[in-house]
Amino acid sequence: MIRVNIDKCGHCGACVSVCPTNSITLVESCLSIGDTCTTCETCVAVCPVGALMVS
Amino acid sequence: MKDSYDVIVVGAGPAGSFAAATAAAECDALLIEKRQEIGDPVRCAEGISKLGLSKFLQPQTKWIANEVAGARIFAPDGTKIEVSGELAGGEVGYVLERKIFDRDLAKNAARAGADLLVRARATGLITDHDTIKGVKVQHLGEALEIPASVVIAADGVESQVGRWAGINTTLKPKDIESCAQYYMTNVDLLEDSCDFYLGSEAPGGYGWAFPKEHKAGNIGLGVLGSRLDGRRSIDYLDAFVERHFPSGQRIELNVGGAPVSNAVSTTVKPGLMLVGDAAHHTDPITGGGIINALEGGKLAGEVAKEAVRLQDFSLQVLQRYESAWRASFGKTLDRNYRIKEFFVKLSDEDLNKLVHSLEGLTIEEMSVSGLMRRVISRNPRLLMGLRHLF
Repeated sequence: MIRVNIDKCGHCGACVSVCPTNSITLVESCLSIGDTCTTCETCVAVCPVGALMVS
Repeated sequence: MKDSYDVIVVGAGPAGSFAAATAAAECDALLIEKRQEIGDPVRCAEGISKLGLSKFLQPQTKWIANEVAGARIFAPDGTKIEVSGELAGGEVGYVLERKIFDRDLAKNAARAGADLLVRARATGLITDHDTIKGVKVQHLGEALEIPASVVIAADGVESQVGRWAGINTTLKPKDIESCAQYYMTNVDLLEDSCDFYLGSEAPGGYGWAFPKEHKAGNIGLGVLGSRLDGRRSIDYLDAFVERHFPSGQRIELNVGGAPVSNAVSTTVKPGLMLVGDAAHHTDPITGGGIINALEGGKLAGEVAKEAVRLQDFSLQVLQRYESAWRASFGKTLDRNYRIKEFFVKLSDEDLNKLVHSLEGLTIEEMSVSGLMRRVISRNPRLLMGLRHLF
């Protein structure tokens, strides 16, 4: 599972743009990961601030 | 607000606002923005070509934080070359105040007659078979379904609208720059130059220092998504700042993703057009996107007007938008993607060699193509793969 560290997230949407299953939703400053996520970790790799991690 | 619109534009960045302003001259247009504030937070280094901007808009003093005469490009070993503004990929000339610029473009759309909604997030499309017929919107907790004849998707790098319509807009990590930037003060910047730093300080991307006022400016970098392994863009940025601007204080942090990919292969569907970052219309070399956003927005707005005049929203009519942007900046995007694919493979040593080969040249008189031809002629073996492009 991918976890969002809200204290790091800059709500920029870079993760949303690379998600192959379109599982990430960004509403203002709130980022959420849906159940279609396959934990491919592409979002983890491109996040500029390291706000996403596998848990 | 009306019950239905000729045109709904999703996203009030430069592409969306310009599309809405263009369409609103003749059509009922609605511009929706998911954020509660247009233009904030900024996800941009704010450099723009003077010529490019002036083609579309009369530049307003309040949009412009600073005017620069040119750019300096630093090799990894610190060697630099200086180029005049209009050569550096068109991304220097003015350093904008995007918060004010974006807001003014939205105002222009409203003054042209468009309705505006902020805190209005598109959650889906209304479709009839394969035709897009409107947008589902969450606005301040209320679910709305707003019918429209044409939808223009200007919803940025994280675009959803295209995906809902079955267009693949997913970026590969090798085709996105993961960017971090501080607005810093107490920094010694050359006030009339936008500076670019090449090499492994920002693998597969570059660092930048764009002055906005005396001793203050945007200092940031982009790292290619596929080159990030463990260290984040912000880690690279902190190291970059420590090395080049150790006295700087951080006033603001901006982060974002810039597409450095090919353009989206299909930017139209019946009832739908994609513009700006949502269509991956950013320049693959510089990551700059405002000028193409304005151009694409204008072209989409014009085609929307035409479709409304004809009352024909089929692929055949909307295809005119796709043909128009391809004829306008499509070839440059294609060429620059191939150059980017080549340049991201160069080592620090290669980059040093390239910059050394241009030292002492007067390059104010040259175009980007001219600059590239000169680089290639001085480094034939290294750049053999690019010869055919010039």
